[in-house]
Amino acid sequence: MNFPILSTLIFLPLISSIFILLSKDKTTNNSSIYISLFSSFATFLLSLFLWYSLDFNTSEFQFVEEKSWINNFIKFKLGIDGISILFIVLTTFITPICIISCVNSIKVRVKEFLIAILILETFMIGVFCSLDLVIFYLFFEAGLIPMFLIIGVWGGPKRVYSAFKFFLFTLLGSVLMLVAIIVIYWLTGTTDITQIYEIKIPKEYQNLLWLAFFSSFAVKMPMWPVHTWLPDAHVEAPTAGSVILAAILLKMAGYGFLRFSIPMFPIASEYFTPLVYTLSIIAIIYTSLVALMQDDMKKLIAYSSVAHMGYVTLGIFTLTKQGIEGSIYQMISHGLISAALFLCVGVVYDRLHSRMISTYGGLVNYIPKYSFLFLVFALAALGLPGTSGFLGEFLVLAGTFQKSYLAAMLATFGVVLGAAYMLWLTKRVIFGVANNSEIKKLNDINKSEIIMLVSLAFLILFFGFYPLPLMETFNVSVNGLISDYETALASN
Amino acid sequence: MINNFNIILPEIFLSLSVFSILMIGVFIKNSFNLIFNLTMMIIIVTITIILSSPSNKEKIFLDSFIRDAFSNYFKILILLSSLFVLNSSKKFIIDNKLDKFEYPIIILLSILGMFFMVSSNDLILFYLGLELQSLSLYILASIDRDNLRSTESGIKYFVLSALSSGLLLYGCSLLYGFTGSTNFEAIANQLNRENTGAVFAMVFILVGLAFKVSAVPFHMWTPDVYEGAPTSITSYFAVVPKVAGLALLIKFMFVPFSNILLEWQTIIIFISIASMILGAVAAMVQKNLKRLLAYSSIGHIGYALAGVATGAISGYQSAIVYISIYVIMNIGAFSCLYLLKKDEQYKENISDLSGISKKHPLLAISLLIILFSLAGVPPLGGFFAKFYIFVAVLEKEMYALAIIGLLTTVMSAFYYLKIIKTIYFDDSIITFESTKNRSAQASIFASCTILITFFLYPSFLNNLVSLLFVSQ
Repeated sequence: MNFPILSTLIFLPLISSIFILLSKDKTTNNSSIYISLFSSFATFLLSLFLWYSLDFNTSEFQFVEEKSWINNFIKFKLGIDGISILFIVLTTFITPICIISCVNSIKVRVKEFLIAILILETFMIGVFCSLDLVIFYLFFEAGLIPMFLIIGVWGGPKRVYSAFKFFLFTLLGSVLMLVAIIVIYWLTGTTDITQIYEIKIPKEYQNLLWLAFFSSFAVKMPMWPVHTWLPDAHVEAPTAGSVILAAILLKMAGYGFLRFSIPMFPIASEYFTPLVYTLSIIAIIYTSLVALMQDDMKKLIAYSSVAHMGYVTLGIFTLTKQGIEGSIYQMISHGLISAALFLCVGVVYDRLHSRMISTYGGLVNYIPKYSFLFLVFALAALGLPGTSGFLGEFLVLAGTFQKSYLAAMLATFGVVLGAAYMLWLTKRVIFGVANNSEIKKLNDINKSEIIMLVSLAFLILFFGFYPLPLMETFNVSVNGLISDYETALASN
Repeated sequence: MINNFNIILPEIFLSLSVFSILMIGVFIKNSFNLIFNLTMMIIIVTITIILSSPSNKEKIFLDSFIRDAFSNYFKILILLSSLFVLNSSKKFIIDNKLDKFEYPIIILLSILGMFFMVSSNDLILFYLGLELQSLSLYILASIDRDNLRSTESGIKYFVLSALSSGLLLYGCSLLYGFTGSTNFEAIANQLNRENTGAVFAMVFILVGLAFKVSAVPFHMWTPDVYEGAPTSITSYFAVVPKVAGLALLIKFMFVPFSNILLEWQTIIIFISIASMILGAVAAMVQKNLKRLLAYSSIGHIGYALAGVATGAISGYQSAIVYISIYVIMNIGAFSCLYLLKKDEQYKENISDLSGISKKHPLLAISLLIILFSLAGVPPLGGFFAKFYIFVAVLEKEMYALAIIGLLTTVMSAFYYLKIIKTIYFDDSIITFESTKNRSAQASIFASCTILITFFLYPSFLNNLVSLLFVSQ
């Protein structure tokens, strides 16, 4: 494969953002919107083509591109396998949805917003494609700039505080990762991860390096107790920002664990398993309880995200096939569900400019289509069988049971709590009596909102009933990951 | 002997041209424009002279003057940055009635001093060059002589700098006393760790040099001088003397003090950490942009010194790359200040930037790029500068230095973000005059383009810098 298809995929949104910059929109922003829609859709199709042409029967990296970048030091190396392709497709699928949603919700500086989203898409795809630690770090960190601006410029009243918190928390976590990356370079003489997998990092260094990577991923994930930036960022970010944050940015950390922490530091990963279990269980139970207490819809969903990410970390560090597959499944499905829920909040927020649960009630009587979709997403979020949310949690719990009964039992308790806050939210928002006269005047969802929400609902249900396409994609890669991990442990 | 004069040709050309344009200035009235343009031409011609000269190592005047790739690189960096600083500040100079013909001439004289500094291979020549540079800078700081703050900053700078020069000279004389030579290489051969007196001398010299690059704890003059001096002078101060100072520091570490590495390494590590921390903390509370940039420059010098502190060639190289990128960022940042003009006044408070993204989107996006780059966020140029430093630092397994350095990066990100917040998140208050300041805009454009596209070929500077230490 000589054509640099991954580079094309990465830089297509960036190039189209330059076109948007050059486009001369004065009164309307139509041409910007069309360019960005077209380019993000083209990126989506390209990623689908990649998914289609990817060979699922090998855990090797495919479509590898390699260019010398910094002399004798770092190569610009890209490549994908069965795990990363799913995140890439998720990214390219969510981005057009965000662009559609911004037509309704963003009123000022639309052009700049679209540019920020597209640049962010470039960085996000880059994160999932990079096979070099420095390149990964570059994309991982670069995403902070557009996200900082998205929260800060188009966000709510407390946007400055949230944007700062988001930026500084994430930066603080990742600088240690940078130290670790450079140390790895001096230990192994390379930052190419395929080579690092083979060279194997000396045992005595693994624990510290693992912790350095963990500090970055734990903030990004986010894990308890460094999750506090997330609710703030979500609440203040505009709808599209929340969607990207929940659906993709949080997945970078989970992906990072799978791609870097476990294969590079298998011994440390095993050593720190109890720590991750503890933090994950606390996250699941504590943040679920916190979610119960919220009176802001976005905040509630944000806390539920932390809880769901708790399942992901738990599943990854069971280091069993079910656990890891469940985690990946959970990440993809949470990407769809949380995106859908934030969009739902965005829909009513655009109309009534309130995120408070108490503002709403009895929506089902006035906007039935919306209420139906909301119900579907809420049920998916609590993991109802038949939705994609169920399978992820189920597999994670199945994996956890093999390793620790206690952890699994506590995590199961979290499922109950998850049902509690989601159902209670639905009850208060969708059902009940309308205590606000403005609700009676609400318009039901318009065409663009139907397109966004129905496509998400379709995928959530589709993958709930028919998980095979996803499972097939990452099956061999996960097997490879686990067998490498077990050989590394055995040879220790 | 006469054949060897081509070694010192740039200096000869520069001094002759300075004296000739001084004559022009004296005899022709209102000749600022003419002299300014001549100065630019002189700088460009000097650059071509240096570029066309070979870069093999040659010495002249009893081995006291040296020309090699190292000195050539720094001379070109000094000339290029002066060129951009001067070019972008022309309108500012005229608007603020600083258009005296002495202005560009004194700048050229200070450049001449720096040339001798980076080319010196002898304590005496080094000190002479340093003093020529410093004297020119004192005058420049107070060039707006009717302005109280400018005069004050000049006096302050003079008093403190004279003190540091005294210490430096004392260190030089001690060094001569203990080693019996003023030649750098001879000193290097004589010095060893048992020579306690020479270690003392080293400390004095380091203090003097730390003052010149405004590293903590010898930074006190920086914020006041930066704030008091006219912006055009501040931007010169922030860029050019730093380059020369750092070059000298590296030269001292590399040649005369190479045998007492452990002794000076400890001091440099301390200075570096102190600078990084103070630069990050003190800048947080600043309201004046120039003052903030002063503290930010202190912090940046701390990072460059972290590279020097490794005591390895790779560390020196990373420091040189760092200072080169720092120059690019600072030229851009100061050029932005020249565009903040309202009612015949140049604004310099952070609050004046409030909401300029709505009225001046291009200026806002340029500042955004420069500030994120200063903060060291990838994929901009500033990230690579820091990255190379930390690669070199971690190669020597100086973990504490690297981790403190990176934590201060986060802290300093806070105040850069604060400015970005003012620009992008706050409501617009002031509409600046949309004056045509093409030269400043060109500098901003050049700076931003380099910073954005740096990631395409990030080893460009490394390749250049890796040649500097080959011949030695």
